[in-house]
Amino acid sequence: MPKLHALTAKETVEKIRSKEATAEECVLSVFERIHRLEDRIHAFVTLIEEEALEKAREIDKKVSEGKPLGRLAGVAIAVKDSICTKGIRTTCSSRMLENFVPPYDADVIERVKEEDGIIIGKTNMDEFAMGSSTETSYFAPTHNPWDLSRVPGGSSGGSAAAVATDEAILAFGADTGGSVRCPASYCSVVGIKPTYGLVRRHGVIAFANSLEQIGPMARNVYDCALFLSVIAGHDPKDTTSVKASAKDYTEFLKNSVEGFKIGVPKEFFGEGTSEAVEKQVLRGVHKLEELGASCEETSLPSLEYALATYYIVAMSEASSNLARYDGIRYGYRIDRDNGDWSTVYSKNRRIGFGAEVRRRIILGTYALSAGYYDKYYLKALKIRTLIRRDFEKAFKKFGVLIGPTMPIPPFKIGEKIQDPLALYMCDVDTVSANLAGLPAMSVPCGFTNGLPVGMQIIAPPLREDLMLQVAYTFEQNTTHKNRKPSLK
Amino acid sequence: MKRRHLSKKEVEHTAWLAHIELSEKEKKLFTEQFNDILDYFKKIDKVDTENVQPTYHVLDLMNVYREDEAAPSLPKEEALKNAPKKEKDFLKAPRIV
Repeated sequence: MPKLHALTAKETVEKIRSKEATAEECVLSVFERIHRLEDRIHAFVTLIEEEALEKAREIDKKVSEGKPLGRLAGVAIAVKDSICTKGIRTTCSSRMLENFVPPYDADVIERVKEEDGIIIGKTNMDEFAMGSSTETSYFAPTHNPWDLSRVPGGSSGGSAAAVATDEAILAFGADTGGSVRCPASYCSVVGIKPTYGLVRRHGVIAFANSLEQIGPMARNVYDCALFLSVIAGHDPKDTTSVKASAKDYTEFLKNSVEGFKIGVPKEFFGEGTSEAVEKQVLRGVHKLEELGASCEETSLPSLEYALATYYIVAMSEASSNLARYDGIRYGYRIDRDNGDWSTVYSKNRRIGFGAEVRRRIILGTYALSAGYYDKYYLKALKIRTLIRRDFEKAFKKFGVLIGPTMPIPPFKIGEKIQDPLALYMCDVDTVSANLAGLPAMSVPCGFTNGLPVGMQIIAPPLREDLMLQVAYTFEQNTTHKNRKPSLK
Repeated sequence: MKRRHLSKKEVEHTAWLAHIELSEKEKKLFTEQFNDILDYFKKIDKVDTENVQPTYHVLDLMNVYREDEAAPSLPKEEALKNAPKKEKDFLKAPRIV
């Protein structure tokens, strides 16, 4: 029998329902794993072992009393530290929020608790989700489980690393420009960025409101679909929530791509894409062809401008969003604050924010300032319209689009951090789905020199069903998900 | 040769607008880095966006309202719990005028 921490969410729930294992045993097994690996991986910022075990015992009590169990009963879930958890410190991996304890749960956390899921801790991330490597965290980087000297991707790097190492069964990520898909790709797990508005955003600490979505991360497609079914749905507290009816996404997991039309945009294989990544992703595309899909190269010319467009929009929104961090209601406040308001505010933000956050706020402020608004922000929003149109056109012909999630394999910790633009370039294939609000996911599609490569699947708005079916079929007919990082 | 898009003085001014203090060393470093980034952003200049409407938001939602019903709000002590400085039932702010 596999160790309990190595079970999928589906298997965990089945074992607890059939009384083959207790929820307490399942959660204990995950914490044993955490204690064994965490000094090498550093996936978590905060762990809540006692609370998690207490919750597990409550579930076991329900089992013994014959009460009905939720869809995630006894499943150990890690939460990205940008998602508010009542009574549990939520830092966004920033000094600014080092001591912030939210007075409420994000809506998605309430949903998971209703389904008897067990929150085990908060995961490390790039500060305020600004980064693709988890290196901008105030609490030091997370390490890639496949090679500890490399980055796990970001910004949800702690979540991906936790799932890949069995330090969690499921994990919450959030994706503004690739922050779920990038670390999913780099750690060889499955990660979904849902359609904009499908998952409730209430309680996620905002960085760029018009782009971000909370997304599920898991070791396989089924678990991701199950997790998505729990967190998707309308929320009256979120004005950007789509009024879509609740679905069970596991129902769409059919092992067939017969007759599927798949487009492969050549812009996803542009300058800067490593040959090894291209080879693995194209092998994946051929695999889908073998399985009955028709695949065809296509072109979305506006994608060439997606990265610049994304960064202008994201930085502009960040500069406005993060204005709230004044150190008065919450957040970092300097001790000697007898200066005037403006000086104290500026000092709080100098010390409370790391370099990348300050860079983005200042550059965003610049892009929105008088004289530059039209040149940068407005221009970017117009190109955003062109990008949406190119996708709409492509989806008239194709069911889904496929390309690499990341242009290069995981890089070394420290390799790019001194050069912000080089780090931004890593997001070149992921940002367009955020600009257009489309569902997109990363599935493991192979390895190069022992490092994982992820394949990205993008679907039309609210067609998570198509994306999941392709991902599931691919997964069922390949062996990548069986490979585990060698950590003792 | 790369074009200079903004000077150190402009970086200082923008940082002031954003209420972020910078050290002298950072002002220099950020000026370099911002020029590199803006040089990359230049590629959008050549895109023809005449008669194209901007996309602020991908959803077709507009003016989402709810019923104006009173509901309990955060209790005072909860609302004050995360404040770094407070006095009695108030948040303590620095001198404004």
